[in-house]
Amino acid sequence: MTVAAAATPLDAAAEGRIMAALAAVPDPEIPVISVVDLGIVRGVRADPPAVLITPTYSGCPATIAIETAVRVALDAAGFAFVPVETLLSPPWTTDWISEQGRDRLREYGIAPPPRGAAARSLRGDEPVECPRCGSTDTMEVSRFGSTPCKALWRCRSCLEPFDRFKCH
Amino acid sequence: MAANPHLFDYLLRLGDDGLILGQRLTEWCGHAPALEVDLGLANLGLDLIGQATLLLGLAGEVEGKGRDADRLAFHRDVLAYRNCLLVEQPNGDFAQTIARQFLFSTARHALLEGLTASAEPRLAEIAAKAVKEVRYHVDLAADWVIRLGDGTGESRRRMIEGLDWFWRFVDEMFDMDPVEQALAAEGIAVDRTALRPGFDAKVNAVLTEATLPAPVYPRAVRGGRIGHHTEHLGHLLATMQFLPRTYPEAVW
Repeated sequence: MTVAAAATPLDAAAEGRIMAALAAVPDPEIPVISVVDLGIVRGVRADPPAVLITPTYSGCPATIAIETAVRVALDAAGFAFVPVETLLSPPWTTDWISEQGRDRLREYGIAPPPRGAAARSLRGDEPVECPRCGSTDTMEVSRFGSTPCKALWRCRSCLEPFDRFKCH
Repeated sequence: MAANPHLFDYLLRLGDDGLILGQRLTEWCGHAPALEVDLGLANLGLDLIGQATLLLGLAGEVEGKGRDADRLAFHRDVLAYRNCLLVEQPNGDFAQTIARQFLFSTARHALLEGLTASAEPRLAEIAAKAVKEVRYHVDLAADWVIRLGDGTGESRRRMIEGLDWFWRFVDEMFDMDPVEQALAAEGIAVDRTALRPGFDAKVNAVLTEATLPAPVYPRAVRGGRIGHHTEHLGHLLATMQFLPRTYPEAVW
């Protein structure tokens, strides 16, 4: 805190360079999507300078890896003096995943949550599209999948299993 | 404003409940009846331990003696633990584990909902994060209570036995004492007694759907909040704390 308070405030150009550097940091579990597209990087605070990040799930084991990767990227881009701060509030929601992030998830074989779904319904009663064949004839196999943020689904048309980002 | 002297104790109660049940759930890892259940229980444990890390971290901050979440989790003895008795009980069979999870998550969800409006903003933040996760836990456990209760003769018998066994630990989750009354008066804690009718209604609704009778009401047992634990907690801690106590400065 004291270090941050003593540092010079960031100008708009510096903020842009920081966000550009972080846009190249992949999520450790789903490397096709960046920590910015996933909504984990909340933004840059100019004064006192800080990069603000938030965990997806409070027990997500990737949180420390993400913080480390963000730190390394900042150092490499010449922003070693900018600290990384973790925010809990407001809590992360799948609505913060960017459009580009949603496209990348789909290409990777993970069904992204529809925009605004977290606000509408947690149970996700709306149709879920198979990321492989596009069919909506799909079913939930397990609400808990390979990571805390994903559920396991199966497509009844192409019979393939797939991961779905939990609406949250 | 000086922190309420009871806040540290309250945060330990909240954190220890999650930590101890999270540790219990990890015992299922690799042993659950199906892969999906294995993943589910491990994820629940992960959420609970993550929430405990936040709560115990805040407890350490409030205490101001330099103890962090790890210090509080791994270097406290059984008498200093403040979890309720329900969470430290052995897993038993799968139906017992589900009974315990259903009762705990239902009570915890109501508590966290209330805490999102806590006058202590750092606690309200943690609650807002955790309440979204615990809603999934309630759904998972309730689905299984219905599936086992309305299932085969054996699954039904085991579900009834599981609920009967754990019912004696329910009252303690709704107890108020001077610590929590003082905090509730300041708007920091939630009045647990006010949560009971909602809890009973939710439990009754699920039991009805599961075609299960109301649990047999045995004498309630309590004592965890003042450190009077059952024999099981010490054994759990011996496993959980072994590594950091044997190699106190170990990091990885």
